[in-house]
Parts: sequence; C-alpha cells; structure tokens
Amino acid sequence: MRALIDVPLMLLVTYTMGFFMYGFYRQFMARIQNRRGPPIWQNLYDNLKFFSKSETLSHGPMFFLGPMIMMAGAVTTVLFIPMLKDTAWLQGFSASGNLILVMFLMVVGPLGNALAVGASGNPFGVMGVTRGLTRLMGLEVPFFLGLALIMVQYETVSISAIMAAQPTLAEWTLVTNPLIFLVVLLPFIASLNASPFDVVGAPVEVYSGPRVEFGGRLLGILMTQNMMLSMAKYVLVVALFMGGASNLLELFVKVFVLFMLTASISAVFPRLRTEQAVDFFWRIPLGLGVVAVILTLWI
Amino acid sequence: MYHKTGCEGFQCEDQTLGADLAGVRDEQTVVDRLVAWLRQRSLFVLAYGTGCGAIEIRPLMTSRYDAERFGIIGAATPRQADVLVISGYLAIKTLKRVIRSYEQMQEPKYVIALGSCTINGGMYWDSYNTVKQVDHYLPVDLFVNGCMPRPEALIEGFVALQKRIADGEKGGWLRYRENLDWYKANQRRVLGANMLPDDTSAWLQVGGQA
Repeated sequence: MRALIDVPLMLLVTYTMGFFMYGFYRQFMARIQNRRGPPIWQNLYDNLKFFSKSETLSHGPMFFLGPMIMMAGAVTTVLFIPMLKDTAWLQGFSASGNLILVMFLMVVGPLGNALAVGASGNPFGVMGVTRGLTRLMGLEVPFFLGLALIMVQYETVSISAIMAAQPTLAEWTLVTNPLIFLVVLLPFIASLNASPFDVVGAPVEVYSGPRVEFGGRLLGILMTQNMMLSMAKYVLVVALFMGGASNLLELFVKVFVLFMLTASISAVFPRLRTEQAVDFFWRIPLGLGVVAVILTLWI
Repeated sequence: MYHKTGCEGFQCEDQTLGADLAGVRDEQTVVDRLVAWLRQRSLFVLAYGTGCGAIEIRPLMTSRYDAERFGIIGAATPRQADVLVISGYLAIKTLKRVIRSYEQMQEPKYVIALGSCTINGGMYWDSYNTVKQVDHYLPVDLFVNGCMPRPEALIEGFVALQKRIADGEKGGWLRYRENLDWYKANQRRVLGANMLPDDTSAWLQVGGQA
C-alpha cells in the first residue's frame, strides 16, 4: 500500500532534483564563462517543450521502443535505490533488490540506446554508441570494482544496510575508506556522461551522438530519463559513501555537494578522446582500485 | 503646426507586430497559453551559416551577448531545433540543403532570416546564383534587416519572435503546410532538375499529424 505513494513520490523527487541540479549546472557554467546564464528552471522548460512538439519520423518499432527501454531502466533504478534511512518512506522496492541488481539496471539504458540507434541507422548515432560502448569497457571495471569493495567492506549487498552502517561523519565510507571513493569518482563522472568523459554525445564531433535522430517527444523522454538516472546515481553514491540521508533536505544538500564536486571537475577539464578515456580508466582508477583491494582486504 | 499624437515609424513596431494576433489571444485555452509560454522560453536554434551572418551567431551565443539567458541555445541537428536561422544570402545550391534541413525539423518550427540578402537580395541583387527573396521558398517568420545586423538586433528579433509565440502565433510552418504546392512550385522553378526528393515533405502532403 505504501508503494502506491512511494513510487510517484520517488519519481517526482528524482525528476525535481534532476532539473534543479542541471538548471543550476547551466548557471554555474555560465558564471564560469562570465555570462549570466539561463534561469534555473530552464531544463524543465526545455523538457516540457519537447513533450509538446511533434514526432514525425519513424525508423521502425525499435526506434520507439528504445527510449521506452531506457526510461524503464531509469525508473526501475530509481525505485530500487532507497532514498532515506531510518524511515519506512521513500524506500521503493529496495527491500526486494540490492546493490548487485542496481548495477545491472544501470546498464539497461545504454542497451536501449544501442537498440534504438541501431534501428535508425544514422552513422553519427552509431558512432556515438560505439564510443559509448568503448568507454563502458573502460569505466565499468573500476566502477564495479569500487562497488564490490564497498560490499566487501560492509559484508552486505543491501544498500539500506550499508547506509545504516554509517550513522555519523566518522563512519562514512568517504572517511573510513577514501581510496574507494577516489576509485569510483571518475568512472561515476563518466557514467553521468559529463566532461571530460563526454565522448558519446559530443555535439560538434558526432552531432549529439545517439540522440542525433531524436527530436520532439522521444527526445523529451531521453532528457527525462537522463536527468532521473543521473540523480539515481547521485543518490546511490550518497548512500554508499556519505551515509545516506534521514530526510529529503539532507538528501538534497548531500546530492548538491556531490554534484558541485563533479560539476567543478567537469568544468575545468576538456574532453578526452575515446581511447584516452579508456587508457585513463585502465591506468589510474583501476590502479587505485588494485591498491584499494589490498588495503580493504588485508589491512 | 506638427503635433505628435501616436507612434511613428519604427516606434509602432510593437503594435504592428501584435496587431494580427489580437483575435488569436482570446481563443487560447489555459493549456494553449502554458504550452505557448514554454515554447517561447526554450528555443533551440539551428544556425545555418549560409553567408556572412554566421559570424554574428558566435558572439550571440557566447559570453558577450549570451543568448542562453533567453533560453536560446544551439541545437546539434535539425531534428532537435525549433528555430532555423538563415544567416545571409542563399546560393541556389545552399537553398536545397536549407529546405532539406527545414523539412526535417519537428513542428512547431520557426524561421528567422538575417540580413538584407534574405529580404531582397541585398548586394547580390543581380547575382545569377543567389535566391533573392527567401520568403518565396521557405515560410519566414521574422526578418532581421541590416548588412549585417549586430547581435543586439538579432536578440531583438528573437525577443519579438518569443513575444509572438507567447501570444499564440502558429508560425510559418502552418503556412508552409497549407501552401505546400506554391512553395514547392517556387522551389522547383529555381532548383530545376536539381529539385530535392520529397521524402522529407511527403508526410506534409498526406496531411500528417502535427
């Protein structure tokens, strides 16, 4: 019964956080570039406008199903990550899922993307997807290694249990085991498709990559799922490293702090080439990961 | 003796811009108004750099004039764009590409034509291979005159377009759809055997869904 309220509420919270954070991101970037920038609501306006546009082209059924698969991936990811601790609310279906499931669900989006773009046959889209899958090879190894280390450290796969194990600042994973945070941080930025790892949707190289064939309503769906999935990932990292949150305000503040960290990194580093990104992931985060394995398991 | 009573010349711009929309405003429902407001607040621009006007788009989009504060931002592809900016003269070869880009844009879509060349040919008035009046081939919503107009003028044009969209203007795309035969005949006259295939406009002819 609680799920009936929880599900729409969690989706609403994620969506609201998504457009606020990305609206803020655009202002933040504008200030860095000595501009005024758009209002903080701009992403909401853009998104709703795309929903009010026509969608006239068709590349067969998979072209329409792809965005739906991606949206389904985002919605399920949101619902399997508990937002708050010490309360029965905003838990979604996290009782029946765990971190391993969430790791699988996060890959549903790229899969739907590849299917839709494959159906459209646009060379720029295919190029974007190829770049994305190549990058995925690089980022998933250190990212999942970091998440696996978290599971090892707390000896559980339940996100709620991991949150409950970090009641105070001194017990945050960020403090007890900062190396894992470093291992996860850069692949995390890449999985958000932010600079310097934004090889997939590079606007002047591959013309927004996988989104090249989408306009109108389907693009609106892609924007929505992107915002929601990104926020789900932020909530996950907050839960794993920053002790989760006991109320929505705390969650919002913690996500905002983490968002500012990633946004600042994105703002100052220019885009890497695909092979440079993969090289980087296999060297630095994976190297750190190996060190972290030794430190976590034997020390 | 001369007494100034009302507006004169360019001072009347606001009134003349909104005059034909007076009836439309009353017919709008609340949802229509909300959608129109959202549309004017978020314009994705496909800046088609046909001529020298393309040079004015850069300062417009970057720090100095910062069009993003009006919700105007560049789009990567025609499919994602709302506004097509034709920046300067159109050679007949380019016209074909512009039409193809325009027809790929999703409705509602608007066209802003930049500079004298798009209005009457400008300094290319006697050229054999440029199009003199762009309005004959594509439904232009707004002309920004000048040779070249400064970014301020372009921003003023965008703001005027935003005002019209918010007031419920349907936009040139409806005109294009209703008078498709006339536009296609004009296009065929200049493009001749080089006429573009109708696979991007076919859905307009069979009365596709908006």
